[in-house]
Amino acid sequence: MLDLLSYGATGWGDELLQGAGMTLLVAVLAYLIGLGAGCLTAAAKLSGPLPLRWLAATYTTVVRGVPALLVIWLLFYGGSGLVGWMAGLFGYGGRVELSAFAVGVASVGLVSGAYAAEVIRGAVQAVPKGQLEAARALGMHRLLILRRILAPQALRYALPGLGNVWQMTLKDTTLVSVVSLAELMRQAYVASGSTRQPFLFYLVAALVYLVITTLSETGFRALSRRADRGVRRATA
Amino acid sequence: MDMILSSLPSLASGAWLTVQLVALSLALGLLLSVGVALARLSGSVLLRAPAVAFIFLFRSTPLLVQIFLIFYGAGQFAAVRDSFLWPVLREPYWCAIIALTLNNAAYTGEILRGGIQSVPFGQIEAARALGMHRLLLFRRIVLPQAFRQILPAYGNEMIQMVQATSLASTITLMELTGAARAIASRSFQPVEMFVIAGLFYLAMNFAIAQAVRWGEKRLAHAG
Amino acid sequence: MKSWIAALGLACVTLLGGCGKEEAAKQAAPAAADSVPNPLRVATEGAYPPYNMVDASGNLVGFEIDMMKDICRRMKVECQFVATAWDGMIPALQAGRFDVVVAGMSITEERLQAVDFSDGYTTTPAYLVSANSNPLQKEDYGVPKVDLSNMSPESQAALDKLRGLLKGKVMGVQTATIHANFAEKYLGDVVDLRRYDTQEQLALDMQSGRIEVGLADAVTWNAFLQRPEGKDYSFFGPGFDGGLFGRGQGVALVKGRTALKTALNSAIKEMKADGTMKTMSVQWFGFDTSMP
Repeated sequence: MLDLLSYGATGWGDELLQGAGMTLLVAVLAYLIGLGAGCLTAAAKLSGPLPLRWLAATYTTVVRGVPALLVIWLLFYGGSGLVGWMAGLFGYGGRVELSAFAVGVASVGLVSGAYAAEVIRGAVQAVPKGQLEAARALGMHRLLILRRILAPQALRYALPGLGNVWQMTLKDTTLVSVVSLAELMRQAYVASGSTRQPFLFYLVAALVYLVITTLSETGFRALSRRADRGVRRATA
Repeated sequence: MDMILSSLPSLASGAWLTVQLVALSLALGLLLSVGVALARLSGSVLLRAPAVAFIFLFRSTPLLVQIFLIFYGAGQFAAVRDSFLWPVLREPYWCAIIALTLNNAAYTGEILRGGIQSVPFGQIEAARALGMHRLLLFRRIVLPQAFRQILPAYGNEMIQMVQATSLASTITLMELTGAARAIASRSFQPVEMFVIAGLFYLAMNFAIAQAVRWGEKRLAHAG
Repeated sequence: MKSWIAALGLACVTLLGGCGKEEAAKQAAPAAADSVPNPLRVATEGAYPPYNMVDASGNLVGFEIDMMKDICRRMKVECQFVATAWDGMIPALQAGRFDVVVAGMSITEERLQAVDFSDGYTTTPAYLVSANSNPLQKEDYGVPKVDLSNMSPESQAALDKLRGLLKGKVMGVQTATIHANFAEKYLGDVVDLRRYDTQEQLALDMQSGRIEVGLADAVTWNAFLQRPEGKDYSFFGPGFDGGLFGRGQGVALVKGRTALKTALNSAIKEMKADGTMKTMSVQWFGFDTSMP
């Protein structure tokens, strides 16, 4: 049975490994998009003009309110047309295609961004207002306040939440398998259909996800510890 | 437009199945999560270790893998097919409920543990001093306060569950997402179907959020 | 400044989240360029043996892969295969994600409303399969084949008998196929219908006993029945074709691409004439399923 997992032409080991690579690639790209979108959305929610705030609220409410699977299907079917239409606004009339990869990264990133936005907003709001007022009173420039006062503290508050968003993003990549992107879940699906050994392949997939989530959780904890250095805690 | 109207009945029956999946797996998940949280907090390693492992396994792997393992994985073995479990496991409906319930119990168990731990120990000591029985103490003092504490987090988890039910469509269940997909692939006009399904999910989540808000208010009064 | 950047970013993100069908329709128009594209992007499923499947090296193989490579060679273009989910193929084709679909797709009236097809290349009837031990296997259905376009009283009797016997049984089909359409229309009110994403998953669940009866293409059933796991299963009842089963399998393409359609048809005609289609059919299916 183990030869099914071997590396090479007869086993599925190499396909699974490539799938795991694809999973990580999609997850990392989607997470980065999510962080970017999350920052912008949080900024809009906190200090944007009213229409922007409204737009940001709609984005986070809608995307967090519908299943990620639905977002993927929607983008898979409707995404190409939409991007083509947007490209048309900028004067590009050619054909625009979204590959399964692009659909996967965009949709998982979109979902990731909505959750990241809430985490970041909460973290920024957790920084005591008095500190910002004090910094302004000292004549600090807005950017300097952002860099020295707001960002370091907000990051510290946001890290655990952003860690959760990462875990969620990673797990959401499994859903991209429905549009046949050859990530880990899809490879396990194909292998189990072809070899009639679903238990084996899904178990292996589960273990790989387990390893990735556990390692990244350790990573986020280390980051959190680093961000927490110098903060005195009440001794319990 | 015609297509949208003619597809409404099957979308509605999909929505009804979604509601069933959500309600059943939330109810069963909540029951199981109380056990998980208590085992997790237990002084005995024999109780604590399985709870820790359970929470770890179900929170560290994607739900889709869990569903496929239970549905396709279990069906692979003759031993399972010949056992008393098969009448349940052969139904995609119950496979989905099982996977969703276990997943929900792992997350809710952790939330509940936090809630239980937030109850001030002094109250427990006081209740003990009054001679309260352990079960009574738990039912009257610990759980109500724990629930009040966790309600916002549990509300989020409920909304996550609504969305998680969409994965049941991958194991042949025609719930809301599955129904939308089936119509979409036949009519070749998919976008509208998914938008309608999306609106329904939003409505369902809105209802849950309102219920949680109402619950929070009520519990606040009670306190 | 900050809110200005935020505005731009948000506009993009929120637009992505929204959707519009008119846009999709508009998009399809420029895709209809009237020439044979090179490379030709070919969508297939990769889970419908022996038409198209993935081997343990992760390569697409099968009758249609060989056939399409040969068609591309004759059209002097390069084939670029894309594995894609079955039930999204036609919308994705319309959206311009690829040029043609070669996935055992039958030419049906329903699909012809949405896309165009080349001439048919293979035709195989649909068959029901169950376990050998199932009493359904021992019944006499009277006719070997039911042609839905030309229903004889005997055919109608066979269909009625099947409906009676299948009452309350769990039946599996692949989602969005002609077999699913047939099951919905003719058996939908008597059977408990389960729709699978791929034929392989259907076969897997047939083995586990979750479904009692399955309906699919005779050739794709053979791929399952000839495996060691398939030895306990057989065909039963009449074969079905005609009517909503359509006119054989063809290469699907966006409407209005006349040059591509002509090139495909002449390549297919050549392959039928010089016997290539027959050779490939025998090689992959074990018998000749090519269409005249």
